[in-house]
Amino acid sequence: MNKLIVSPSPHDENYTKTTGIMLNVILALLPAWLAACYIFGLRVIPLTAVCISSCVIFEYLCRKLMKRDNTITDLSAVVTGLILAMNLPVTLPYWMAVIGSFTAIVIVKQLFGGLGQNFANPAITARIVLMVSFPAAMTKWELPFGEKVDAVSAATPLRLEGMSDEQLISIGQSMPSYKDLFLGTTGGCLGETCALALLIGGLYLAFRRIISLAAPVSFIGSLALLTWISGGDPLYHILAGGVFLGAFFMATDYATTPITEKGKVVFGLGCGIITFVIRHFGSYPEGVSFSILLMNVLTPYIEQLTRTKVFGAKGAEKA
Amino acid sequence: MKKLNGIKLSHRKNTENCATVDFPLPAKIRIPMSMCMGAPCQPLVKIGDEVKVGQKIADSEAAFSAPIHSGVSGKVTAITDYQTAMGAVCKMIEIESDGLQTVSDEVKPPVISDKESFIKAVRESGVCGLGGAGFPTHIKLNPKTPIDTLVINAAECEPYITADYREMMECPDDIIGGINLVKSILGIKSAKLEANKPEAIKNFTEMAQNDDTIDIVTLPSSYPQGAEKVIIYNTTGRIVKEGELPSDEGVIVLNVSTCAFIYRYSQTGMPLVTRRLTVDGNAVGEPNNIRAVIGTSFREILEFCKTDLDSMKKLIAGGPMMGMSVPDIDMPVVKTSNALLAAKNFDERRTSACIRCGRCVRVCPLGLMPAEIDKAYRIRDIEDLKALKVLLCMNCGSCTYVCPANRKLAETNQLAKMLIPRK
Repeated sequence: MNKLIVSPSPHDENYTKTTGIMLNVILALLPAWLAACYIFGLRVIPLTAVCISSCVIFEYLCRKLMKRDNTITDLSAVVTGLILAMNLPVTLPYWMAVIGSFTAIVIVKQLFGGLGQNFANPAITARIVLMVSFPAAMTKWELPFGEKVDAVSAATPLRLEGMSDEQLISIGQSMPSYKDLFLGTTGGCLGETCALALLIGGLYLAFRRIISLAAPVSFIGSLALLTWISGGDPLYHILAGGVFLGAFFMATDYATTPITEKGKVVFGLGCGIITFVIRHFGSYPEGVSFSILLMNVLTPYIEQLTRTKVFGAKGAEKA
Repeated sequence: MKKLNGIKLSHRKNTENCATVDFPLPAKIRIPMSMCMGAPCQPLVKIGDEVKVGQKIADSEAAFSAPIHSGVSGKVTAITDYQTAMGAVCKMIEIESDGLQTVSDEVKPPVISDKESFIKAVRESGVCGLGGAGFPTHIKLNPKTPIDTLVINAAECEPYITADYREMMECPDDIIGGINLVKSILGIKSAKLEANKPEAIKNFTEMAQNDDTIDIVTLPSSYPQGAEKVIIYNTTGRIVKEGELPSDEGVIVLNVSTCAFIYRYSQTGMPLVTRRLTVDGNAVGEPNNIRAVIGTSFREILEFCKTDLDSMKKLIAGGPMMGMSVPDIDMPVVKTSNALLAAKNFDERRTSACIRCGRCVRVCPLGLMPAEIDKAYRIRDIEDLKALKVLLCMNCGSCTYVCPANRKLAETNQLAKMLIPRK
């Protein structure tokens, strides 16, 4: 007879594992990625491949160098690479994408302890680092379907919004319609333009109970409300730019957002407010990345203040 | 009313239609002196003594304990040291059966006239919570505060186990008898019988329809519905606060089999010497419900149920969620053994990093934050562990069950509890 295995209860488990969750996130990103291939052309494929493979290689080397268990099979590096690719303009040189992967995996993720320990979203931070380091390359937008424009670079819908009719004519672009914004046939990072595909992916994750809709709803809701109060066009503002990509795929990142539902609502509200402030008062046309990064930094504090109420607990003892 | 968290488990109640089978009389029984919560008993018999069925063979002077009786007639052949599945060491009495099952003169219906004689009788019966926890019943039935509601717990929320369900199907009159007995003696006004199995609900609703003091409460099957605090809240809406006993809220919760046993004891005087247990799991050829004499070895019961002992990798006494891993197949059935599950395949799960997905927080019925407790435990932050109320954890195992990183959160909670100095 075998020796009996003795271990603490429970002796049963369910079958949702870390790798399965990551696989679902990849699946949820696919519609938007396929839309990007269609809208921005085939360069999307090598750019994504560079991002994903460099992320996985950096993760592997880091773990090896730190003499830790190798974690590439959990697919989290693949998710990071894919999200990073979706945050880049399709024209970005490959070597810059590799720098983005290095920032995301080595600096933001592994130096802080790896999966679950990073305080900031790796892909967002990488996008910001690239944006600050290579502002020209990171804002060299291409129009859908390789349309040619007179200007050196096309403008994103959020940049177009502030322009007068003469300016629009001078750069040879017109204001995108809601339909363009919803289907993603406008300028922007490759994965952020198609709101429809992102919505499908986000709802899929919510349906599979992988993400909670608390943060996306409060993020998008508060941004729409503030835009409306300030006299802007709320629908335009939530469909344009990186709001859907940010709200469904980055403001729901497990490691860098609060763990409780209450905390997630606060996080989403914060993102919405900061995005609005940057877009409305700041000089950057887009504020989604910065808002998520700033709220990432606040997450430990939000977490402290939004702990669950324990059933039957007497008097909240302060830690 | 706020709904408490819970998880859905597949029921796997394969034995629900298996009527209880009496296990053939074993040649030898081995009875540990510690089978329920409280002080271990001291043997009252010596090696070589003749004992009869129902004879008290061990007792303790401590109030928080319950006496032990022999389930066979025969001769005491050994008194040895024994290590329980919990790791505690106590004495164990070994009795060889003479096969005659002569009943002791001590077995006669107790005289129950008032609360005092009732409590004394319940103690003498040797009964403790038969649902698995093993809290001495006479302590539970003798609270310092007035009780207005008796809750009979028939949730049996763990997968596989059907021992309580069979009690409800086979001995419904004993259950109603037990409810009425406890109610009348303790002056309790209302009783609630919780059930979530359609057939049992139907039977009991019919039986209790002329009695407006008994409510049959149907609760959705969710785990851990049968946890004491959870069932009290879901049947009465009362919250048993930190550090309180159910009786402080005017409630007593009795397991349905315990309740029926008390009634049978009041009628026959036969103490707790047998018990029903579900035998199941994928190594078991013929899953069944068995009524076995307390002290029968697990090995005999497993063999009786055609268990493939060669391929068995893990043996669990109790349910898959809260049951105890059995280190030795020759351990005996004790008062709290409500199930015996033998598993063929069990892979040691590899733990990986917490990804902070929050599943553990979403499922904890008490609203604890296992992920945060895990973090505080790793850095031994005792103040934070206190603030996180880890002491309230009842080890239902839901957090470990759902963790995608296979972290042993429930176990960590128990370890964390030990860091907090007791007052």
